[in-house]
Amino acid sequence: MTHPLPAQVTAQVAARLAARARWSPLEIAFWLAVVATVFFLPSRHLILTETAILGLFALSLDLILGYAGIISLGQAAFFGVGAYTAGLLAKYGLITEPVLALLVSGALATVVGFITSFLVLRGSDLTRLMVTLGIALMLREIANKFAGITGGADGLQGVDISPVLGLFRFDLYGHTAYIYALTVLFLLFLLARRIVNSPFGLSLLSLKGNPLRASAIGIAVNWRLVAVYTLSAAYAGIAGALLTQTTAFTSLDVLSFDRSADVLLVLIIGGTGYLYGGLIGAVIFKLMQDWLANITPQYWQFWIGLLLVIIVLVGRDRISNWTAPIRRLTARLARQPVADVSAAARKGL
Amino acid sequence: MPIVLETVALDRHFGGIIATNQVSLRVEKGARHALIGPNGAGKTTLINLLTGVLRPSAGRIMLDGQDITPLEPHQRVRLGIARTFQINQLFADLTPLETLGLAVSERLGSGTDWWRLVGTKAGVVDEIVSLLERFGLTDVMDERTAVLPYGKQRLLEIALAFACKPRVLLLDEPAAGVPEAERHEILATIEALPKDVTVLLIEHDMDIVFSFADRISVLVNGELFVEGAPDDVARDPRVKAVYLGESLDG
Repeated sequence: MTHPLPAQVTAQVAARLAARARWSPLEIAFWLAVVATVFFLPSRHLILTETAILGLFALSLDLILGYAGIISLGQAAFFGVGAYTAGLLAKYGLITEPVLALLVSGALATVVGFITSFLVLRGSDLTRLMVTLGIALMLREIANKFAGITGGADGLQGVDISPVLGLFRFDLYGHTAYIYALTVLFLLFLLARRIVNSPFGLSLLSLKGNPLRASAIGIAVNWRLVAVYTLSAAYAGIAGALLTQTTAFTSLDVLSFDRSADVLLVLIIGGTGYLYGGLIGAVIFKLMQDWLANITPQYWQFWIGLLLVIIVLVGRDRISNWTAPIRRLTARLARQPVADVSAAARKGL
Repeated sequence: MPIVLETVALDRHFGGIIATNQVSLRVEKGARHALIGPNGAGKTTLINLLTGVLRPSAGRIMLDGQDITPLEPHQRVRLGIARTFQINQLFADLTPLETLGLAVSERLGSGTDWWRLVGTKAGVVDEIVSLLERFGLTDVMDERTAVLPYGKQRLLEIALAFACKPRVLLLDEPAAGVPEAERHEILATIEALPKDVTVLLIEHDMDIVFSFADRISVLVNGELFVEGAPDDVARDPRVKAVYLGESLDG
């Protein structure tokens, strides 16, 4: 028989499963590079803060699009709820400590996410695009209508953000803001990474891949969708709250269609379903925005649009998959040691 | 033997079309029960009714004496009915290892664990290993399902249903489309299923049906036409007339 003995298969299976969650050298390099920007790019901390927040926002979309296959054009709804909550909490001195206010803002976005999740359970991608878009537009108009509370079109003025944990004051150069935003991003990234490698995370992939079969192996498909949509809303809400806290301002922009569309674009640029897509996409998007805006201040969106067209043409069958070949290569590099072990085990027979 | 799965006067209409008509089927515990019938006889509709993908227009479905008619598909799986699909319904981007890891985690109640890593719950790895071995998938456990040879995909299709530890396993044409050379592996695997698992097999291939089944029901135009032991069904002139015809004469 050429079959390995079960004991060896057991070791192999355990090793392969453990390898799914192992940190690859590329990931470690990525985060080291991120930390390096704190020390080596102090003059860029303002735009880097925006990038980190955009990355977190895109990560929230990746959780539903990249893992559970729910497409949304209304992710700004939760971003906006988080942003306004953080702004109002600070403005009226209800909760002044930023971290606590951040959590409360995220919690409120979570509630809104849970309630609206039932609307995206049914229907095709197109239905979901329209429903999510509609929800975000409604929230924007509600914020517009209640100008007495939200400041309406003028934005929420007079937001004063207290020092983080009562210790770290936000400075003009954005140093505190950047470190604060990065810390939140990294912690939430770790949590997301843990979740997607759990049985729950694996079941999300099965919903995306084949919901019919997922229910045929005993998965309550709808409840999983509700759970991940709610989680995604929490992430988006925290991203929005971070924007308010680091800029001491918020306006109807946070609920705008542009914001939902941009974050989808960011995620498509970076690729979906591996968590780093949103972060890498945010970096590329912000760099392009910065660079193109310098060359052609009026028309930078033309180039972003062109890039989108090219990506979709190159990616052909699935817009989200254009980075797949690169990722497979890196995955193979990361998995190499395990493959060697099992090859050695087979030889030992 | 006690009856494990029973339908009582099951009806299903699609508009004016009657796909299932007063079907009262009784499957004994541990049986190797085959459901045959010409194309369009309503076999797949019946499977969809049994698994909850479709709701009956009238009638009841009983599992071990419990009425499961109002239950959702995933709830029926947890009570012990699992199925395979005539056309593969697999997770193309997952590996067999991940696919089985998913199903086993779900069955052991770990499906909503969001903090634990896959495979760290006691018993999961052992069960995955026994499934990989039983269905001959060890060699390909780390390949993407989409690129597996078709025969392996068919085996994974059965393995995935079996991973739910069903009391009743519904096999919808398990060897459909499998090249002759790979057929025997599928058949051997099906024949080696544990005896305490009741199998309801839907199949076109009469060689498979008569080598495997100890009981055969014939479905014609949505109605149960004849039921009995394989020899009786084979000899039944009505069955020959409507369905088997020359395939048994030769």
